[in-house]
This record gives sequence, C-alpha cells and structure tokens, in this order.
Amino acid sequence: MVTNILVAGVGGQGILLTGKLIAQTACLAGFDVKTSEIHGMAQRGGSVVTHVRYGERVYSPVISPGTADFLLAFEKLEGRRSLPFLKPGGLVILNDYALPPLPVAVGLEAYPSDTEEYIAQRFPLLLIDALKEARLHGGDPRMANVLLTGVLAAFTGIPRETWEEALERSVPPRFLEGNRKAFARGFELGAAYRQKMAEGVVDQCGTPRRSACPGRS
Amino acid sequence: MKLLSGNEAIARGAYEAGVKVALAYPGTPSTEILENIIRHYPEIYAEWAANEKVAVEVGIGACLAGARTLVAMKHVGVNVAADPLLTLTYTGVNAGFVLVSADDPGMHSSQNEQDNRFYARFAQVPLLEPADSQEAKDFVKAAFEISEAFDTPVLLRTTTRVSHSKSLVQEGEPVTPPPRKYRKDFAKYAVLPAHARVLHEKVERRREELRAYAESSPLNRIEWGDRRIGFITSGIAYQYVKELFPWASVLKLGLSYPLPLKLVRQFAREVQRVIVVEELEPFLEEQILAAGIRVQGKDLVPRTGELSPARLAWGLSRDEDLARLAEEYGTVFNFPPDEEKLPVRPPVLCPGCPHRGVFYVLKKMKLVVTGDIGCYTLGGLPPLGAMDTCICMGASIGMAHGLVKADPELSGRTVAVIGDSTFFHTGLPALANLVYNRGAAAVIVLDNRTTAMTGHQDHPGTGRTARGEETVALDAAEVARALGAEYVEVVDPYDLQAVRRAVEQALRSSSPAVVVARRPCVLLTRPSPRPLPYREEVCRGCGLCLELGCPALALKDRKERKIAVDPLLCVGCGLCAQVCPFGALEV
Repeated sequence: MVTNILVAGVGGQGILLTGKLIAQTACLAGFDVKTSEIHGMAQRGGSVVTHVRYGERVYSPVISPGTADFLLAFEKLEGRRSLPFLKPGGLVILNDYALPPLPVAVGLEAYPSDTEEYIAQRFPLLLIDALKEARLHGGDPRMANVLLTGVLAAFTGIPRETWEEALERSVPPRFLEGNRKAFARGFELGAAYRQKMAEGVVDQCGTPRRSACPGRS
Repeated sequence: MKLLSGNEAIARGAYEAGVKVALAYPGTPSTEILENIIRHYPEIYAEWAANEKVAVEVGIGACLAGARTLVAMKHVGVNVAADPLLTLTYTGVNAGFVLVSADDPGMHSSQNEQDNRFYARFAQVPLLEPADSQEAKDFVKAAFEISEAFDTPVLLRTTTRVSHSKSLVQEGEPVTPPPRKYRKDFAKYAVLPAHARVLHEKVERRREELRAYAESSPLNRIEWGDRRIGFITSGIAYQYVKELFPWASVLKLGLSYPLPLKLVRQFAREVQRVIVVEELEPFLEEQILAAGIRVQGKDLVPRTGELSPARLAWGLSRDEDLARLAEEYGTVFNFPPDEEKLPVRPPVLCPGCPHRGVFYVLKKMKLVVTGDIGCYTLGGLPPLGAMDTCICMGASIGMAHGLVKADPELSGRTVAVIGDSTFFHTGLPALANLVYNRGAAAVIVLDNRTTAMTGHQDHPGTGRTARGEETVALDAAEVARALGAEYVEVVDPYDLQAVRRAVEQALRSSSPAVVVARRPCVLLTRPSPRPLPYREEVCRGCGLCLELGCPALALKDRKERKIAVDPLLCVGCGLCAQVCPFGALEV
C-alpha cells in the first residue's frame, strides 16, 4: 500500500517546504518515501506541485492521475487544476485563498467563481482559511503551510508525535513555537472534520465551516 | 537513511568518492549538485565556471594534476562543452573525470529535450544512468572507479525526475583515492594528428573492453518475473516499469553504454517478448535491433515529452497481448485524462523585477528583439511580449547581427537582450564578432548582478566566488568598451525615460552600441512590501499599467476596470506610476 499526497499551489507559497515536511515525517515513521518536484522556471509565480509517496516500497516518484489519496491545495484555482490526480473519495484540503494568475489579472480570462461547489460535488472537501487561522494561532500568516500540513496530519494515521518531531527538525528554532501552534490548530481542524465524517454529519461533500455543497443541510 | 534529492546524492557521492575539484555552470535541473558541494563539503574545491566548455577544460587540468574531478551541467550545457569532451575521450585521464549531464525531458525549464545518452556513444565513453538517489550517489563512486580503471571520462546522466526527486539514501564513508601526480605525457595529452591516430585506436579497444565489463557489472541486472514479458529499461523509466508491472521480468541497465549485448541476448532468449522502455529517443532500442535481437519500443512508448507511469500505460495499453497479460495481474491501464480547461498560470517576472521596465520600453518602441536564456525570456510572454527569438545561451547578439546584415532595413530597430551571466557565458565572443564585422545591432545587457533563474549563483561579474570569497568583478560596460563598442551607457531600468533615451541613442549610433541596464535582482535585495498608494477616484481604467505584466497589479473588476494593488506583493518599484497618465498611482 502506497499513500499518495499531492501538494499544489503557486511558486513562492512554500509548496516545496511542505512536501519536505510530509516526506520527512513518513521517513521517520519508517516508510519508504519518494517525492518529486520541479524547480526553475516554475518557481517564478507559476503553478507548482510536489508529489509525496510513501509506503512499504515506492517505485515511481510521481503520482498517477486518479490515484492520490490527498490533495493539499494552497490556492483554489491550483487545487481545482490538480483534481484529476485524486482517486474517487480522495480528500481535498483547500486553502480558502485565490490568487489571480496573470491572464486573469490583466482581464483576458475570468477566475472561476464556483470552485468550492465544483470540488464539493466530486470529492470530500475541507475548506480552511489558512492565512487567517495561521495568523490567529501561529502568529504569522506565513505559517499557513504548516497549518495545512497539520490538517493533513490528522488523516494520515502517522502518530502526531512523529509529525511534531519532523517539524522540529525542519523549522528554524526561532519559528518553532509559532509553527507548533499553527500545526496544532491545523490538526484540531482536521480531527474535528474527521470526527464529523465518521459520524456521517459531513458526507461526500461539504465542510465543517460553511455549506459549500448544494443540497446539504 | 537520509531523504536526499538526486542532486544532493550526487554531491554526497562526489564527497564519498574523494573528489577534490568540482565545477559547474548553473542550469536546471543540474544546479543543486554544485550548490550542495559548496554547502556541505568544504574539502572540495568548487568553482562556478564562466561556461560549460571552460568548466570541462578546468576539469581536465585538475584531473591531469591528480584530482578526482566532477563537472556538472544541464543537457544543453554539454553542447557547449562538447569540444573538449570529444577529444578528452582520446587522451583519457590521470585521476578520474566524471561529467554529469542533467537532462530535462518534458522541458520543465529548457529550450529542448535532447537525449544526451547519444553523447556517450558519440564520445565513446561509458554511460551511467541512476534511477533514484541511492544509485545517484553510488554510481558517482562507480563512475570514478571505471574512469580510472579504463582511462576514460565517464558520463553520468540524470533527468529532472532523478535530479529533483527525493528518496532514501544510505550514506557511506569517503574513500581516499590513490595519489596521482601530474606527469608530462606529450603523446597522451597533446592531440597532434600523429598522436590522435594512435589514441583513436585505443578508444576503439577501450570501448570493447568496457562492453565486456558491462556484461558482468553489478550495475546491470536482471530481475526475473513472469517470463511471458520482459522489459529492458534504464534510469527513471525503470521505476515506471516497476510501478506498473512489478510482476514482469526486467533487465535494468545502470551502465547502459557500451551496451552489454550478450546480456541483452540472454535476457531476450529467456522471455517470450521484449519491450524496451526508455524516455525520449530509441537509444537502446536501435542498438539492440542493430545487433539482430528482436525487440519493440517506440512503436508503443512515446518518443516526445516526459514519461510517467500514466503515459507509459497509455502507450503500452495499445498492445492487445500485453493488455491481456496486465489484466491477469490487475494492472491499471486507464488513468483519467485532464478534464477541465482552466486559466493557465504561466511563470512571470517578479514584482519589482528590474527586467520589466526594459521590456516595456522595447515593446513601446516596437523593436525587433532577439532574446536569450534566463528569467528575462519571460519578457517575451504577454502582456509585455517584447522578445522575438530565443535559441540558446549567447545567441541573441549573433542573431541580431545576422538579422541586420541580411536585411539592412532592420538596422536601427534591432536589439539583442542578454543577461549578465549569459553575457559572460557566451556573449563575449559574439560581441567581439559584431564589433569586428562592423555590425550595427544594439545590445542591451540586463545586468541584475546574479544568475537569477537558477537560484542566484555568482558569476564573473558579481565580485564573489562560488564560496563567497571576494574577487575581481568584471564590469559588463567596461568589458563592452574593451571589446570595441563605442557607445556604452549604464542606466537604471527603474527609470523608463532613461532606458528609452539610451536605447534610442544606441540605435542611432553608427558603430556597435551597448546599453547596460543595471539593478540587482529583486530576489537578492528582498525589499519589504511597500505598496504604492492607488487613488481609485483618479483612475480611468485605461489599463496601461497592466501592460507591465506586474503580478502586484490586477484588474479588480472586469466591468469597472479599476485596479487592485496587492499589498503583500508590491515593492514600490514605481514603474506603474511612471506609466499612469492620470496620476492614479504615485511613488
């Protein structure tokens, strides 16, 4: 069994660091791990994805379409773009944040306005305002990536202490305390959603925070 | 066990192999090899070379002096370095010499996707193709042993998915290679025709000795599985084969040139049919077919673009027998295609990028612009769209010269734009050529004081060595003057009027003219966000500021045509304020 996690966002959002943190955790948990990322041109504000795969034995470093267990998206359009990677029932953890790409910024194209609904009709969706949550709980919106990783952590089955150990190893000491809090908040949000899923309060669509899925009570 | 990228593992491998000298010119996906050597292994002498040809030449010197030497570059860099490489293969080495070529199938950050395995065959040197980070490290050590045992340079070829993928690595202890002193050997190291004829015979013998070695080398191995199908593969393609067909028989080639034909023949005899799975060109397939062994390959496996398990599955699923066999094992062949058409997110020049102003001026002046390789190639994308061509490192100057020579009507409206690192890489001979041949094209050096695209490496113009020591900083303007340019002017690219004046002057000049637009890359200076005040009531929605293509400016509403200044992205460079005719944006 291999677990596939796709991290998607915009160059500069900390996608590579997040991939590293997840991979480091899986490594500490004793799994074989592979990640794949793209540097160079893609980092100048372009779309960026990092693939993380772990399990007993991993061959390909890239995730195939239709096989990802989790999609961790730092930006809504990029989350939507990466949907084809998810397997049926795969979980989307979506940062409630829109960054218009250049064709939208200059008025040539429109930013899709129905992304939450679009995703929620297809996959379980957990929508998080990570910038706000990170500011409130970690003290710095730049800790949004660690907060979102915390959300993911609640679903992976890897012990929380292992995640925290990996965090300690990959964050500079002076930022550790804030990042710990951001992670804890993310974990709390993730665990709450997981609980609701288990209770059947949230089914194949919707979020604990707002009604994103038409027809959901 | 450590989680390392392929490039980090190659750096570690260099350390464990006792490498004393490492050289590179930055280029994606190879850059992090030397960066990691610089960061982690102070005992290795490391140098950013001015270009790849120089890197190999310095490397040859170091290897003759007795140092194990590693030279790293991206695939197209090997074109630049091909001249010394194709003769180094004749002379052979003293201490080991390994050339790392990082290829870029899929062109994530490159102008072509050439398959550099052909260089191994062209130069008749052994080729090693690691398939993950552990192999990347181990193969570096193996490469040095082969290099010294067979008196040959060795080509270690990675691809983006090997260089930039991370996997677990068991580190080892560094070795101390046997000491080798510099020893004059004129017949070996000076390729006068009489010497070279002898050396070429040696190259031919060496190839067959290496082939015999490859037949039994542990770098090549057979993994027996179901013998109804056998795959021959190398590099990252091996992982994709194993991902899809863990049950099949596989001949994995780590030392893939010279091709161990006996081993291939044995494998082919013992399986019902053979499919060669390789990324890009049919490099292995054609050699195997030429040896009279029946295999399939490119009739099923895509020849262009990057391979992936999904693309491989798509290609192989067209074979009915294989599809039936795969069904038996429950192998998934159908991966859903991309469904939705969404706005693309192309890479862009950063907010506050010093290149932006120059391209804005060039666009307004409606000039013919030959471009070059670097971040500034993005100046060719809309809305700036101020670049006509991009071929290879240093091409801009020669191409502008050629355009004007062939069509004098282009004189006075043709400029070459070239970055500072690229100017020192291969721009200098092109400028000397332009001056010498009485050219009239103008040259703009975009001097942002670094090699930006690849992550800010130093170069001959920055005044710092790879290890951060102070050194002479070549001044692009002084160099241009010394090369004979008569009109040379240095301008601040944040000052649109000054840029325009200088470019006009350069184009009017009857002799070669060079404008140096100088300001450090905004990612080097990292100014804090300083959003320009925007007065919405004054804004008339003309959209002129949006023509700058700045990520910090966006149309707030398509109907209202008002602007939003992103407070986190704007660094207050002031270009939009210079462009706005109504004073809605002010410095």
